[in-house]
Amino acid sequence: MFQRKKRETPGLDTTSTADISFMLLIFFLVTSSMDTDKGLARQLPMPEDQTEEQELVVKRRNVMELRLDAEGRLTCDGDTLYADALTSRIEDFVANVSDDPQKPERSEREVHLLGRCRVSDRHVIFLDVSPEATYDAYFQMQNAIVAAYSHLRNDLAQRHFGHNYMDCTQEQREVVAMVYPQRISERVEEK
Amino acid sequence: MPGLNTAALPDLIFTVLFFFMIVTHMRDVDLLVHYDLPNGTEVQKLTHKSAVTYIYVGRQANLRPQASKDTFFIQLNNRLATIADIRDYVEEERSRMNEEDRSRMVVSLKADRDVPMSIIAEIKQALQQSFALRINYSATESGKAKIR
Repeated sequence: MFQRKKRETPGLDTTSTADISFMLLIFFLVTSSMDTDKGLARQLPMPEDQTEEQELVVKRRNVMELRLDAEGRLTCDGDTLYADALTSRIEDFVANVSDDPQKPERSEREVHLLGRCRVSDRHVIFLDVSPEATYDAYFQMQNAIVAAYSHLRNDLAQRHFGHNYMDCTQEQREVVAMVYPQRISERVEEK
Repeated sequence: MPGLNTAALPDLIFTVLFFFMIVTHMRDVDLLVHYDLPNGTEVQKLTHKSAVTYIYVGRQANLRPQASKDTFFIQLNNRLATIADIRDYVEEERSRMNEEDRSRMVVSLKADRDVPMSIIAEIKQALQQSFALRINYSATESGKAKIR
């Protein structure tokens, strides 16, 4: 008769949790950015003494002259060409598979991990850029140069180690980079 | 008719929230310049975010109508700057980094396609003189490189 009614503790009202987390979500969406940074990694040379210009004597056969003029035209040793064609041209030039006497010398050397092999350590790519050229044209040229080197290095790494240059160990990378070093000299004309 | 059970809704939204917290990073600068990056095929991901310093070059954002379209500005951190400020900026950034990051410091150059090379060359020279020699030409990736 006097049976007490069993009391129940009321559950926590959680209907607004969804709204709170929505607000957090929107806050993060607004304040953060998703862009992944990508780019072409390059190494600048050490700053040289402005007062004394060192003269470097390089044989004509070892030099490739690339010129980028104000209109963004690319000239390679006097021939006008597009950035796409530049890649294969640089590859031919650096590798010099046929030992063409017009193309750079290669020296035979004992290389760690590879044994005796011919190293293209004399070539120089000389870049001459007009100050009025656009950054895009310059970037396309750099992109073509990087493409050429990475193709050569990948080839070599595939042949000897069975994987791409990017998947090599530090030691293997050093060896491959020694066979195909990037020897680039750059100059932007004064205005 | 029973109402829809929304008990799992907060959990769902929390999952989405955590996903966004992990894949994104905080935007730490307000861009004052507008730039349109070039396209490249050989681009690589930039690693070690803490060792990266950014230099932005582009047209002024919210361009006033009378302002010339061909003037480009350099932005360092949250302000517009000139070439002469770059050396101090690099020093300042370098002193903020820890020992490990300092040795692998990379300067990422985010420049508009139409920037004349004279500006880029001056920036590079300034970087060279402050011994920030590892640079990165920021770009977007255009299609996969052809497999030859």
